[in-house]
Amino acid sequence: MNMAVAGIPRIPLDDWSNSFIDYLTESFSVVFDVINTMISSVIDSLEWLLMLPPPLVMLVLIVGLSWWLTNWKIAAFTAFGLFLIMNLGLWQASMLTLSLVLAATIISLLFGIPLGILAHRFDRVKAIVIPLLDIMQTMPAFVYLIPAVILFGLGNVTALIATFIFAMPPAVRLTLLGLQQVPQTTLEAAEAFGATEWQKLFKVQLPLAFPMIMSGVNQVIMLSLSMVVISSMVGAGGLGAEVLRSISLLDVGLGFIGGISVVIIAIILDRLTNFSAQKKANIS
Amino acid sequence: MRMSKSKDALIRVENVSKTFGKETDKALELRRSGKGKDEVESETKTTVAILDASFEVKQGETFVLIGLSGSGKSTLLRCLNGLIPPTEGMVYLENDDIAHMGKKQLQQIRRNKMGMVFQNVGLLPNRTVLENITFGLEINGVPAHLRNKKGRDALELVGLNGQAYKRIHELSGGMQQRVGLARALASNQEILLMDEPFSALDPLIRREMQKLFLDIQDEIHKTVIFVTHDLDEALTLGQRAAVMKDGEIVQIGTAEDILSHPATEYVKRLVQDVDYSKIRQAKSAMSTVDLFALEHESPQVVLRRMKAKKLSSILVVNDSQMLIGAVPLERVAEFVEFHKPNLTGIKLENSMCVHPDVALREVIPLFVNRHLPVAVVNEQNRLIGQIDKDSLIASLTEQIDVDSETVNEMLQKEVLQK
Repeated sequence: MNMAVAGIPRIPLDDWSNSFIDYLTESFSVVFDVINTMISSVIDSLEWLLMLPPPLVMLVLIVGLSWWLTNWKIAAFTAFGLFLIMNLGLWQASMLTLSLVLAATIISLLFGIPLGILAHRFDRVKAIVIPLLDIMQTMPAFVYLIPAVILFGLGNVTALIATFIFAMPPAVRLTLLGLQQVPQTTLEAAEAFGATEWQKLFKVQLPLAFPMIMSGVNQVIMLSLSMVVISSMVGAGGLGAEVLRSISLLDVGLGFIGGISVVIIAIILDRLTNFSAQKKANIS
Repeated sequence: MRMSKSKDALIRVENVSKTFGKETDKALELRRSGKGKDEVESETKTTVAILDASFEVKQGETFVLIGLSGSGKSTLLRCLNGLIPPTEGMVYLENDDIAHMGKKQLQQIRRNKMGMVFQNVGLLPNRTVLENITFGLEINGVPAHLRNKKGRDALELVGLNGQAYKRIHELSGGMQQRVGLARALASNQEILLMDEPFSALDPLIRREMQKLFLDIQDEIHKTVIFVTHDLDEALTLGQRAAVMKDGEIVQIGTAEDILSHPATEYVKRLVQDVDYSKIRQAKSAMSTVDLFALEHESPQVVLRRMKAKKLSSILVVNDSQMLIGAVPLERVAEFVEFHKPNLTGIKLENSMCVHPDVALREVIPLFVNRHLPVAVVNEQNRLIGQIDKDSLIASLTEQIDVDSETVNEMLQKEVLQK
């Protein structure tokens, strides 16, 4: 297969990638160290926060939050689900997974929403960002896990970066979509009353795009959760690690309880974000 | 279009053109050389939306831009507050040229000088009625308590008291447009730009909104530029109107002007099915008063005149040509029997009289169950003409042109003769 096709020598794309990563590690190791520290401090502090109250207190807090944001049915499910996780002895693993997912979500939104706004504003940004998002979502995760491991080592940070790459695109896409759906006439009216560009953004565009942005948040969370097991392969702890361990032990039961815990967390987070987005959307 | 520059103009538009497309110069040149809009468009892929439009709007005036869709009227309106910058020409607000103004300055003008009302309102669905109305004030940094007060005043003005905390989607189309109007009124700007605000409403509500607008305008006297495709609306609401076709202003004038002297075939066709009773004024149906009695005339003379013309009643005018009333035949006959020298002291009845500028619509009911002509008097109550049934019907159905000046002259001559 190494034969040159039609006289054109084989393009050494693989060698280039290797030397690019070598170049990065040699020249920018300080930068990656800083990023590493920043991300791990975000994860650590989130984990610390989630593990701070005793599990039962935390359970009550989360149930209370879901009751306040949604309704009693979802709150009841939350109570049942979290109790089951606690009962199965997976509380600590779940909290670590939750902190990873939340950290990935926060970072994704921090980058994704402004990028969406920029892409809406400048066609050139959109022209670059959209294909980039396609690559991020379709490139097999293992491909970028390897260089991530080289750059950041094994552990939560690499896991989070992999999760970020996979989960961020909907934040950009849905912010862009939400902004595109703001009626031109409403914008024109704001402009006719002397609104500046910033006023238009914060008083008209973002409020009207909010429901769409919230469903982007929801998707980011769901995609982050779907990366839990893959990211455990590069050293992330939590429920993913449990599932991974069950695979190596061929322990069906362990795998199942780890999996069901992921599902429970997914459902809770989905209902919470979806419901609050809908509540806001119903107003309009 | 010939323009006389007057000093009291608040807004002055001079030779404004607007093109959409790349070949601006060529398209304008072709258009000016007399080629049609569509022709230029297919030749240069450039649309000439407005071509050399000039007009003036005076302080406190309601000026209407009227034309069919695609005539450029909405684009021209947007040139006034810079939402669409003109390709060529000047737009003066007092002495500032809006067409060549910086962004910041333009924003200040929009905040402080010009409000706007849109056909599809453009309200924010995530906000309450009051929050929508105070949007302009919020943009302008007015503190909350003050803007809520102003918002409530505007709410009352448009008759939406008690709806302050409703959501937009709870309101009907007409109510939403009231909110749109209130939003423009809340900032209390001098000038109001209205882009077909009532066109999307059904006829009954449209009528209601037009009335509301006139009532409000009566109270606050804004300078209004009103865009519409509905001639009836234009002539009901506006003092003057500019008729637009294919981006050009083809005629500017008062309602009467446009109806009685349509400048082009296009305007003539446009005004064809107008409800004349709404726009035509009493003076257009007025004819000379050929039969009336002077107060100092001898009753005998008057009686003979009435008998000759088979009148059952006659209008009485005093020495200074003021209408003082009407007298029925029997009473004149009585005076003849008593050998009175003139009509002084005769018991008069109220005569039906109108001012020359009332709409014919208001004159029609005066003829119900009556055969007498209606007197037309000026502000000093001086008799200047009469309307009889025949002339009323004529002016409701055909395009006649009666010049009130000549009527007056003829009347005076007649009086002097007697």
